Formats: sequence, structure tokens, C-alpha cells
Amino acid sequence: MRHLLIMLLLWLPLTAQAAIDSFEFRDEATRERFYSLTAELRCPKCQNQNIADSNSPIAQDLRNEIHRMLQQGDSDQEIVDFMVARYGEFVLYRPRVTAQTLVLWYGPFGLLAIGVVVIVVMTRRRKKAPRPGVPEVQETGPLEPVEPLSDAERHRLDKLLKQDEK
Amino acid sequence: MLRRLLVFIPLFIFLTVGFFLWRGLQLDPAELPSALIDKPVPAFSLSSVFDENTLLTQEQLKGKPALLNVWATWCPTCKQEHEQLNRIARNEGVTIYGINYKDDRAKAQDWLTRYEDPYVLNIYDDKGSLGLDLGVYGAPETYILDKDGIIRYRHVGEVNEKVWGKLRGLMQDLEGSGS
Repeated sequence: MRHLLIMLLLWLPLTAQAAIDSFEFRDEATRERFYSLTAELRCPKCQNQNIADSNSPIAQDLRNEIHRMLQQGDSDQEIVDFMVARYGEFVLYRPRVTAQTLVLWYGPFGLLAIGVVVIVVMTRRRKKAPRPGVPEVQETGPLEPVEPLSDAERHRLDKLLKQDEK
Repeated sequence: MLRRLLVFIPLFIFLTVGFFLWRGLQLDPAELPSALIDKPVPAFSLSSVFDENTLLTQEQLKGKPALLNVWATWCPTCKQEHEQLNRIARNEGVTIYGINYKDDRAKAQDWLTRYEDPYVLNIYDDKGSLGLDLGVYGAPETYILDKDGIIRYRHVGEVNEKVWGKLRGLMQDLEGSGS
């Protein structure tokens, strides 16, 4: 009994999705175009859904309209232009490249370029300039002690070094 | 000196981002600018709500600045704003054209006789074809037309006291400038 119930519940979302209107198409290619167009056009009423997913009356009307235009032989571009002329650029999920949307399209690349430049400049500077507080390392010759150890110091050093051997 | 200024870059970025986010809070995402602003009302040829044989066209919307109201009997907000439209038409003498959008003729007639008819013309758009050409996405919508039938403004949603205050100002500007 429980298994049956679970199976029924699992079916629910499938049937809900299948309840979308059915269209007849001339051929497979037109059907594909219909799916890609309705997926890329935004529903003006519900805002965060495309025309394909939305069940609002306006989305239904627009699906009918797209279907009609496809059957009539209009190109994708004509259909998109038709929608933009009525509902504005807003309906495009993929905005066109215009003067207004340049920042949107290329802004991220610009920011990336700025980031790369900043990193390159910073690493170069760090290599060249000595960091404050750290004495400069001489790369020529072995390190010479500033002044030789006195006898007492040498004795103490020996003692410290031998400490571990015991 | 330059290093000192560099310290302020994060603050600068914070202020810029903060400004845009703050602006975003004031915007209503449901309010779309009409694609038809400053364009003429799309051509149509539809019958009148009251008479199937009377054909109305966009030419009849010209003459003086007017409101073009898209409504339907199935739309609760239209009911809400209807009283306001009646008052505007009756007391302020504003010309209002009505588009009955995707509705039933008998129901529309019944509504207009029962609740008073504020419209000079009643366009019967049962298929929603004019609505589609106008880019209507939800009734009620109200457009301001100038005397040449050019769309100057679109308001989506109820025309209440506050909205009408704004629309009235816009219409007075249109009459003042003589266009």
C-alpha cells in the first residue's frame, strides 16, 4: 500500500508538466525552433519564467502566436523582433549587444583584465622592492659574521652543540 | 601619495555597489517600460462593445489627449478602479477610451450598464489582438495618448488617487505644450 502511494506521488510532477498545450508542427525542425524560442523569451507577466514554462494566460497567448508565426514560415529573427516591438528588450533572456548592454556583455572580461593587471603589477613590485623590516639578503659569497666570536662565546657554542649528543 | 589613495579603493567600491543596490530597492520589477512609448497606437479594426456592426479604428482615438484603459470583467482590479475612472470622466471631463480585453460581449455590456460607462468609445477586443499589439501583459493597463494618437505613457495596475495625480500632471503637460 505504501509503495503504491509513493509511486503515485512520484507520478504527480510528471503529469503536471505534461498538462501544457500541444501543438502540431510541420516538421521536427520547426518543433525544435519552437522549443528554443519559447525557452529564450521571457514571460512579461511572471518575470522569472520563460514563455515555455509559464501557465499565465499571456504566456499561452504568446506561445500560440509563436506557433502561428512558425507555421506561417517566419524566421526566428522576425519572431523575436515581433516580441521586442511589443514587450520591449525585457522579453529577451539573452540581451542583444547594444550600446546599453555593452557593459553587461563585456564588463566581466574588463574586470578580469583589471584583476590580472593588478596581480602582475603587485608581484613584480614585491620581487623588486625589499619588504620593510626584513634585512636585504646578499647573494654574493657566504655570510661573514659581523665580528668574530670571543673565546668565552665559542666555548658556550660548543657546549650547546654537544648538548644533544649526550 | 598614490598608496594613500589606494587605501580608499575598497570604500569607493563599497559606495558604488551600495548605491546601485539601494537604487534597486526603489525599483518595481513588475513595472515594465512600454516598448510603444512615443509610437502611435497600433492599427486595429474592431467592433464596438455595444454594436457588432460599428467598426472602430485607431483613427477615432485622435483629436485630444486621452486615456486608453484596458479592462475586462474577469479582472478584479478593473472593478476596483472603475469608480475612479467614472469620477475622472464625469467630474474632470477627461476623455477615456476603453478596450474590453479578452472578454465576453454580454458580460461587458452588463458591466457597463450596471457600473456606469466612463468610456467615450468601447473597443471590443475579445481575441486580445489589439492587446497583443499594445504589449498588454495584465489588465488593467492605462495609456496616455496625445491628440495625434501617440502613446506617451503607460501605467500597469490600478489607477488610484495617487496614480491619477501623476497621470493628470502628464496630461496637463500634453495639453499645455499643444501636442
